[in-house]
Order: sequence, then structure tokens, then C-alpha cells
Amino acid sequence: MAESSTTTKIRRKEDASLLSGRGRYADDLPVPVGTLYAHVVRSPHAHADIVRIDARRALAHDGVWAVLTGEDVRKLSDPFLAAVKTPVQQWSLAVERVRYVGEPAALVVAESRYVAEDAAELVEIEYAPLPAVIDPVAACAKSAPLLHPQAGTNEVSVREFRYGDTAAAFARADRRIAMTTTFPRLSFTPIECYVVVARHNAAGGSYDVTANFQGPFSMHPVMARALRVKGPKLRLRIPPDSGGSFGIKLSVFPYIVLMALAARVTGRPVKWVEDRIEHLVAASSGPNRVTQIEAALTNDGCVLALRLDQLEDYGAFLRAPMPGPLYRMQGAVTGAYDIAHVDVINRVVLTNKMPASLIRGFGGPQLYLALERLMQRIAVELDLDPLEVIRRNLIAGEKFPYRAAAGALYDSGDYARAVEIATGDGRLDELKRRRAAARAQGRRYGIGFAAIVEPAMSNMGYLSTLMSKEAREKAGPKSGAVSMATVNIDPLGAVTVTADVTVQGQSHETVLAQIVAKALGLRPDDVEVVLEMDTAKDQWSIAAGTYSSRFASGTAVAAHMAAVQMREKLKAIAAKQLNVLPADVELSGGKIRSRSNPDNALPFGRVAATSHWSPGLLPESMAPALSETAAWTPQELEPPSRDDRINTSLTYGFVFDMCGVEIDPVSYQVRVDRYVSMHDAGRILNVTIAGGQIRGSFAQGVAAALYEEFAYNEEGAFLTGTFADYLVPTVSEIPEVEILHYESPSPLTPLGAKGLAEGNCMSTPACIANAIADALGVADVTLPATPRRIHALLERAGATGKR
Amino acid sequence: MRAVKGDQKTRIALTLNGRKLAAEAEPRLLLSDFLRHGLGATGTHVGCEHGVCGACTVLIDGVAVRSCLTLAVQAEGREVRTVESLAAPDGALNPLQAAFRDHHALQCGFCTPGILMSFTDFLARNPQPSEAQIREVLSGHLCRCTGYANIVEAIKEVASSSHAPRSEG
Repeated sequence: MAESSTTTKIRRKEDASLLSGRGRYADDLPVPVGTLYAHVVRSPHAHADIVRIDARRALAHDGVWAVLTGEDVRKLSDPFLAAVKTPVQQWSLAVERVRYVGEPAALVVAESRYVAEDAAELVEIEYAPLPAVIDPVAACAKSAPLLHPQAGTNEVSVREFRYGDTAAAFARADRRIAMTTTFPRLSFTPIECYVVVARHNAAGGSYDVTANFQGPFSMHPVMARALRVKGPKLRLRIPPDSGGSFGIKLSVFPYIVLMALAARVTGRPVKWVEDRIEHLVAASSGPNRVTQIEAALTNDGCVLALRLDQLEDYGAFLRAPMPGPLYRMQGAVTGAYDIAHVDVINRVVLTNKMPASLIRGFGGPQLYLALERLMQRIAVELDLDPLEVIRRNLIAGEKFPYRAAAGALYDSGDYARAVEIATGDGRLDELKRRRAAARAQGRRYGIGFAAIVEPAMSNMGYLSTLMSKEAREKAGPKSGAVSMATVNIDPLGAVTVTADVTVQGQSHETVLAQIVAKALGLRPDDVEVVLEMDTAKDQWSIAAGTYSSRFASGTAVAAHMAAVQMREKLKAIAAKQLNVLPADVELSGGKIRSRSNPDNALPFGRVAATSHWSPGLLPESMAPALSETAAWTPQELEPPSRDDRINTSLTYGFVFDMCGVEIDPVSYQVRVDRYVSMHDAGRILNVTIAGGQIRGSFAQGVAAALYEEFAYNEEGAFLTGTFADYLVPTVSEIPEVEILHYESPSPLTPLGAKGLAEGNCMSTPACIANAIADALGVADVTLPATPRRIHALLERAGATGKR
Repeated sequence: MRAVKGDQKTRIALTLNGRKLAAEAEPRLLLSDFLRHGLGATGTHVGCEHGVCGACTVLIDGVAVRSCLTLAVQAEGREVRTVESLAAPDGALNPLQAAFRDHHALQCGFCTPGILMSFTDFLARNPQPSEAQIREVLSGHLCRCTGYANIVEAIKEVASSSHAPRSEG
């Protein structure tokens, strides 16, 4: 296994503050004197017309400043822009109708949060309940209740894609194997909920909002348009610390608009802090998906072609940038396998549940549950070894860079080698030994595998794949993604870095300091990194934010480029002062010196400060070396082709997982006995932080496989509204994982690094599901595989072991 | 115990991290809100307000409690310790904090103060716990970033070293 040269263990710059209670999270920041507090009144119904709202009693309550309803919001704002053009409209409060339990129906603004909550009980809302539809398949039926009657259907987007000649491949196949998988609804519930503080300046017609928003900043124009202002009139600030996000804190955006409107109505700053009950019922969910998948096969298990019909359930509204999860994996829909022909149908359906949006893994978990369950099923039906089926279909090492059937350009990898390492050193033998021993004693033990491709740094053009090529041509091509970072020098020659990412614990501060320090011959401790964002003053593009693993392939590269730009300028400045040629100058150990005569040296700070104190000494025609910004825009992120092929991401890593699970014969609990996770994420930027990201992602993958699910009953009542019902795993539920690395540096970025923090969210649910299928000898495994579901599976098989 | 009226603010005095402090609060105010917004000690975080996640854990008279399930008036006259008390005045981390840093036992850091306070109490009473005991106490806390493994390693290191965390701030 290749060991990286940059994998030194270093301490995180973030930690001393966070460990001492000196973090600056959104709810910790001071607010202006006179700030009011808001509380959201939410729908108790899954689907109902709003007949009447009477806020008089609430308004009469001491300390209440205002009650906003959908009618106010309709007067003061415009509906949110969406990625899919439909007649569906969404505002920051329900207008005329509520469509899910927990939907904001009114907003009470009062002198304190406690008073606002008191008064919320006095807001009288009369509802006329309507029939609700919860199941995505049922929602597609002609007879289903319509969420948005003006749309005429709940299935608001359907597109069919043909890559290669799938029909011919199916016609010549020896076998066909099909199955249906369902991926559940869940969130990764950051421990800090949403926070918004909004101000309105009536004189300037501008809004100034602080919120723990995560990006992408393509939502900034959506919010500005809703508020009916030009972009610069909506100043959005993101605090320096955020208590986790995992995709979920994109969906604070409707509340940013709502609190901005409340500030406008009251003339006072308005603060809102979401509570956990609100968060669980209405903040955001990953989309649930029903996938029908079918393979055309040779008798020896080679997959000739695939057909996928993906029905994704986005809940009550399709908010921008949805249906991202359905398209983010589009180019890589054939996963880690060399499959030349694939047909895909993508369907978007709306149901009476909370809107779905960004979540770590973002489309990968849904795709790979189908693809990897299918691979296991192929092995069972053809009586082959499941690992052998994977091996036979993996893309061969010599084919990289590899253009996948649907358009992804896999930049580097040696999948077979990574699998060989992971299964070697007796690891797979040990799993097999444990399974044999358990089965010999009549226990239920199974082994699962999953092989997946992990994309990073999304092509912002991928969503336009959902439009027909005619519509795309009319709208103009969308493609690419920009990453930005800036390196600044202060008057004493000290270095600071800013960048277009938001912080939620990913250690960006540490890694950016490491990258910039290396380029400038400094220590990471010499570099300050400031990552709070201010849309009025920082450099950003619509791609800014922290999502889709864009840091390692994107922002880290921009920081490296900015540091190199600064380095080259400093070399030229120093050359003049050292009386040598720029080519003879190097930056090392805090000095800028002559390569050929290292004694001829100046302290870094002295050279670096030249542009502040003595710009007259700069080499002729050089702009001062005060601030260097780099914008990284990789050329590989092209728009969709005329035949809908799309390179959805810049880099593609590889993950191979294998595990052994045992089913408890009494409790029917699934216990993960052993878990091995092999990652090829290109060059590892920092091995400690990489390990932390992988462990966190793994825990969330286990959660999706075994514990977490947003549950609704058939009428749409929400059943998992507390942490006693919605099961976030504790330390007792998370098994150990053995992490292995294999490094195939990306040739497409100067750092060679790929994303790695989403992989196990994609691979682990599929791997555990495969192990359960092996343990029980069943085809249908529904996640999360709770004891109740396992028991039901065994009942059906007549094998509950009643003794 | 002092009688208070439900709709009137009352003065609540307590010792926070060794300093006597007081502020006005309604009897229904949660201790978590009182510490954060009344006394300005924002190191204690609020994650669920129903006693599951453990982020808001503080010590009252040396015992770990959920400050979101405690009313501010219940802390009247008591000694409250929060995460702000752990490091030395010059910012030097105590052994428990340092172990968290050295083992990369935190990412976003939001749940961390509660975990530190739980183990400040627990390790003071059980300086050399088994791993099973550590896991049992840690299971009273939710962390979404780390997957817990590095937290266990950090606490094991503190437990096996001769330094117990400082019991007084």
C-alpha cells in the first residue's frame, strides 16, 4: 500500500477553542439590543386547507410584536425559485394549504422566546383536512390525492436516459436478474439546530442575516429573489463555528427568508433558534427512493447492461437544488463496474412529508443499495461467490482514466488491487472462519461486500441533465464549479487565509494552514485561517459552501494555487533584495534564501512585508504581494452532452467494504461483528483527519442501515418526533471499523486528493444489507434493519426459531 | 427553599466556575438558557432540550446534570461548573481536554463540552475505569461527527495515565 508523504500527524488548529467553550456558534454570538425572538406555529395535519387564521388573541398577549401568516408572506415576498419548472409554488410559510406535518403555518414574534411560545398557543388556525399520500408509489397513481392540483400530478419530473445499446445487450444475455430496493428517509441530525438572526434596514431596503447556513451559495440568489432584492441587498454571514451539518443546514434557507420578513414587518432584529422537536419534524430529510434494477448477464456473472427505474420521494416540495440526489450520481450510475450499456428512468414524486434535500452521501446511498444488493443477488442466483461477481465486473486498472457509460470520467484507481489488499492478510479468511463457526452452532451469520465509487466536487451543470437537450440549449449550457481561496500578508509579514467553505467540523482550518504553510516554507502554526463567511466582503461563487466533498478536490486546490501565486511573487521580491535571480530563490524554514548560497537569506516576514512598507522596492511592473486569490475551475466539468452524458464530478475515489454480521436469536438485533473499509481517496491530505471523517461517515452508514428512519403512518402523522423515537446511535451501537488506504493520486488536481467523507454513507448501508441477506438467506432486506423487520423476515420464511 | 411566583422574575445567584454571579430570571427559565443568555457562559450547548443528547451537561456541586432538564432556580446558591472552567487561566488545556485534542476526538465540537463535563465528574469518582464503564457513561451523549471511537481512546488515555482531571477549577 502506498503511504503518503504528507500524512504527518498534526494537532488541529480548531481544537483549543472548541475544547474550552470558546467556540463561536450561531447562538453564541451577541445580538443587537432590542432583538425580538420568533417561534414557528406548525401544521398538525399532513394535508389540509387553511380555512382561517385568527391571530388576535396572540397579538393581544403582552410582549408580542407580530404574527405573520402565509398571506403576509405572499404580499411581501415571491415564491422560491426551483430547479424543476413546475406550477408548484413554495413560500417561507404555508399559503392556503399545508402539505406535511410540521409545515410552518404562522410565525409569532415577541420580546422573548418563552413569550413567543406562549403566544403561539393562542394563534387559532382552522384547517379543513384533505386525504394525504405518504407512499411514493401510491402517490404516482392516477387516483392519488394531489399535493399541488395545479401541477396535475404528483410525479413532477420524469426523464428517460439511454446510454449505449441496452436493449441489444438484454436480447443477447444468458440471464436477467431484477430486484427492487427501497432506501429509507433519514437525516443525520446535527446536534446544533438551525439559528437565524435577521435585520432589515428600511432606509436602504437591505437585509443583513446571520445563519448557520452551509451552502451551496447558489441558494443566495434564490433567497434574494424571494425577498425581492438584488443580491448585494441580502448580506449573509456564516459564523465561524457550526455544530455539524451533513447537508442538513442547507435547508435553513426558507427560515432565513422568513426571519428577514419578520424583521421587516417589526422593524427590529429577529432571532430564531430551532428546537430539536421542530428539527426532527420539519428541518430536512434525505430523500427516500424506490429503485427497480435489472441486469443483463452472462452465465458467469458478467453484467452486460443495466436498467434502473429510480423513483425518488422529495416530500411536499421540490426545493432548489433538488432533485440533486437523483442526478448527482448520474454519470457514475454504473458504479465501480465496467458496464457499457445502461438505461435509466429518473422520476421525482411529491408526497405529504417534510421536504427532502441535501444529506451526506447525496444520492450515493440510494444508488448503491440497489446496485450492490443486485450484485449479491446475482451471486446467489448464479450460485457464484459474491466477491467473485464483484471482481469480474470491476473496471480494470489499465482502463483509467475511464469514461463511464453515462459520462463520468473516473480519473484514477486500481479497484482490483484495493480489493485484493482489503481481503488479504487473512481478513476475508477470518470472516469466513467466523461465519462457518457460527453456522456450525446454528447461529445466523452473514458476510457482505460493497464496492462503490465516491465522487467529489460536483459539476454544477449536472442538474441541467434533468432538462431535455432542447431545453438545455435554450437555457444555455451550465457546467463547471469554481473554488476560491485567498492568501493575505499583513504588515508584519504574517499570513492569513480565507476560503469559500463553511465550517462544520471538517478541519478545514487545519488542512488549509498545512497546505499554505507548505507552499510558503512556514509552519502550519504560522498561518491563520479565517473561515467565517460574509457575502458582502468575501470572494464566493454559487459553488461556495461545504457539500459534495468539494474541499479536497476544490477549495484545498485553490488554497494551494493562491499560496503558489504568493510564493512566486515573494521570490521575485526577495531576488532583488538578495541580489540573485528569482530561479535561485527558495522559501524554507521561515526564511527566503538563495538556493545556491543558503546563508544569503532573509526572514520570511521581512520580505513578505515589503509590499506594505516599501512598495517602491518591488520589482518593476509587479502588483503588490498583499493578497492573492486563486479560482480553481477544472476543465473536466463539462456541460451535459447532446446525448445526456454528464461528468457529474471532478474526482472519483473508490471504497470497498466487507463485514460480518450476526443476528441475535432472541432480540433479532443485527450485530456487526467485523467491518473492514478500504478507501482510495487519492493523495491523503492529513491521515488523522481522513480517519476522523471516515469514522464519522461510517457511523452514519451504520445508522442508516440499522437505526435511523423518519417514520410516518398512512395518514401522514409523524412518528419519530423525539430522540427517544428517532434512534441516533450511541457509542454502544457503533462497531469498530478497520480502515485501510490505497492511494491513486488524481491526475486532475495539483494535490492529487479526492473526497473521502461521504463514502461510507454510500457503501455501509449496502454492505450491511448484503451481510443480512447472506445471514438470513433472503432477497428482501428493508433498511433500517430493525429487530421488528428482521423478525418479520424470519416469520415470512417460517424460521423465527420458536422453540 | 425560597418560594417564587410563576410570572415574576426573580434574582438567581449561584457560583459559576468559582465566581459568584446573579441575574434576573423567570422561575421557568432553564438552567441551560440562564447560563448561556443570562450569564454569558455560551460554552454549554443545547442540542435537544429533552435530555437525550447530553450536550448541555454541567456540574452542580460536582455532579453531572443535564442543564436543559434543570430550572435555573434549582441552581440557586449552588456551585455550577461548565466547560469554561477546565483550561488553566493561561489557556493551557487540562489532561482530559488535551487527550481529546491529541486523539482527534472532536470535529464540530458542539457535543464536546457536555462529554467533557460528564467525564470530569465520572473520572473524579472513578479515576481508573474499565473501557466498558467509559462506554456506558459515553452512551449518555450523542455525537454525530466522530463515530465515538476516538473519544473512547482519548478517555482511555486519561484514565490509564496518572493524571486525573483537575476536580476543581
